[in-house]
Amino acid sequence: MTTSPLLAYPLPVPPAAPALLEVRGLSVAFAGHAAVHDLDFSITRGETLALVGESGCGKSATALALMRLLPVEACMQAAHIRFDGQDLTRLSERDMRELRGKRISMIFQEPMSSLNPLLSIGDQISEVLRRHEAMSRRQARNRVVELLDLVRVPNAQERYDTYPHQLSGGMRQRVMIAMAVACGPELLIADEPTTALDVTIQAQVLELLDSLRRQLSMAVLLITHDLGVVAHWANRVAVMYAGRLVEQSDADTLFADPRHPYARGLLDATVKLDSGQHYLNSRLREIPGSIESARSARGCAFAPRCAHAIDTCLHAVPALVQLSASHYAACPVVTPNAQGGGHALAFG
Amino acid sequence: MLALTAGWLYPGDPLDMVAQPLLWPGQDAAYPLGTDSMGRDVAAGLAHGSRVSLMIGIYATSIGLVLGALVGAVGGYFGGYIDDMLVRLTELFQTVPTFLFAIVVVAITAPSSATISLAIGLASWPTIARLVRALFRSLRETDFVLAAHSLGYSHTRIIFHEILPNTLPSVIVSTSMMVAHAILIEASLSFLGMGDPNAVTWGTMINNGRDTLRTEWFLAALPGIAISLLVLSLNLVGDALNDVLNPRLSIREA
Repeated sequence: MTTSPLLAYPLPVPPAAPALLEVRGLSVAFAGHAAVHDLDFSITRGETLALVGESGCGKSATALALMRLLPVEACMQAAHIRFDGQDLTRLSERDMRELRGKRISMIFQEPMSSLNPLLSIGDQISEVLRRHEAMSRRQARNRVVELLDLVRVPNAQERYDTYPHQLSGGMRQRVMIAMAVACGPELLIADEPTTALDVTIQAQVLELLDSLRRQLSMAVLLITHDLGVVAHWANRVAVMYAGRLVEQSDADTLFADPRHPYARGLLDATVKLDSGQHYLNSRLREIPGSIESARSARGCAFAPRCAHAIDTCLHAVPALVQLSASHYAACPVVTPNAQGGGHALAFG
Repeated sequence: MLALTAGWLYPGDPLDMVAQPLLWPGQDAAYPLGTDSMGRDVAAGLAHGSRVSLMIGIYATSIGLVLGALVGAVGGYFGGYIDDMLVRLTELFQTVPTFLFAIVVVAITAPSSATISLAIGLASWPTIARLVRALFRSLRETDFVLAAHSLGYSHTRIIFHEILPNTLPSVIVSTSMMVAHAILIEASLSFLGMGDPNAVTWGTMINNGRDTLRTEWFLAALPGIAISLLVLSLNLVGDALNDVLNPRLSIREA
């Protein structure tokens, strides 16, 4: 494959269009244990960036850090989190509240418990509207019905007065989405929006999110561990492992040519439909070890599980290196750099 | 219970001496429950006393409820130093026996319905505060509160609009118990002669009946029975509310 001349560039170059959200050096720690290390990424307007990784690798912590909604016991640090020119880390709590729900909003994993059980769904959506926009009760009500229609809740007019417990999981997630997009946010953070739903509903909800993204021209940060979801709905992918970004690229490039051994491992561990492989009943290749075994004190967090680890991996944390215009990986084995020289490794 | 609205059944001051003293119940058709040593109608006293008892019970509970809910909500929601301070304050009040505290407050101020309510309210808020605080501590971690934060709602809004309504079922249940408790305290206070001297209450009636307990036992027994029935019925109401408002049950019913 292409082993283009590689620049040892420590940070991803900002894309040509000014990024809507640019995160530099984000770290989050819970009670001394670091959940996110020195994370850099950016999202441009209107695109879907998928943040992929296994449970506990810091995806949700990243999302909450962006909203500045981490629990009090967590501490967070960042060089900057620039959202449309404003640094979110420097904003006052009051300005931040103005931003949340209006320009950045979030949907959560559990639609069952993310709605207030005592208010009708219509009232909950109209509350968001009336919080952020000067609207009368009646205007808000009309808008809510439109929104419910937009997220394809059938009989929107009648559903206004239903309570969360009368709705199915998929419907509740739609209501959550309606609340999130009510004020036309520029960035929607979707933290595993479909994990709690069954597969057919998953596809519907993601389809809905994607069409809303296009209609409202908002950017979506899609947090997931489902590579199928990524392949289908994301423009770009950032793969996280143990709190660090290990690979970042276009979705197509990543699936065609994953570089980081962890990303390769992830893809190897999925069923491929095209090659007829699933008829062979062969065992899927898995990544040896667990994320727990990955706590190497220094160096690449993945090294203890990595078949290709070399000495450098154990001593220094590899930096994200640019491989092509939009492809970055943090692995000295696949990205020859100052220390390693030219290791052009052929993976089996 | 409904006798409280029927104050018009016995117009006029129940403290008036209306008939010859110490009539036994049933002796005179006009005074079905007899009269006391000063010729006052016991039935009228009971009816009017129920009003005073309930009124004091409700006022006292409202005071305790507002105070307790506020302290509990703020402490439970914000946590940290504020919570520590409020918990200490609550414990301080809780270590003083409720009844003793009420007696002290009434003793320093002039005994009237208002001060008695205030005393009982001040003495009983810690229960509510602890309950509300515990509920807030668990509810503030729920997803819908996080979702509310993510929509840009302010703290006050989340406290009063999102969390507080969700604590109401438990709070209402314990409130009905509190009313019963407040009524008992009030009765005890007036039994000790610390009640409002211008109102007939059941406690006062028992106290007055004490002198003639061996001969005219009904004078003490009737208000006593009334107190027991009222407290019992309030507790039953509390239980019934618990059954109705229990979140698990109400979800199943839907």
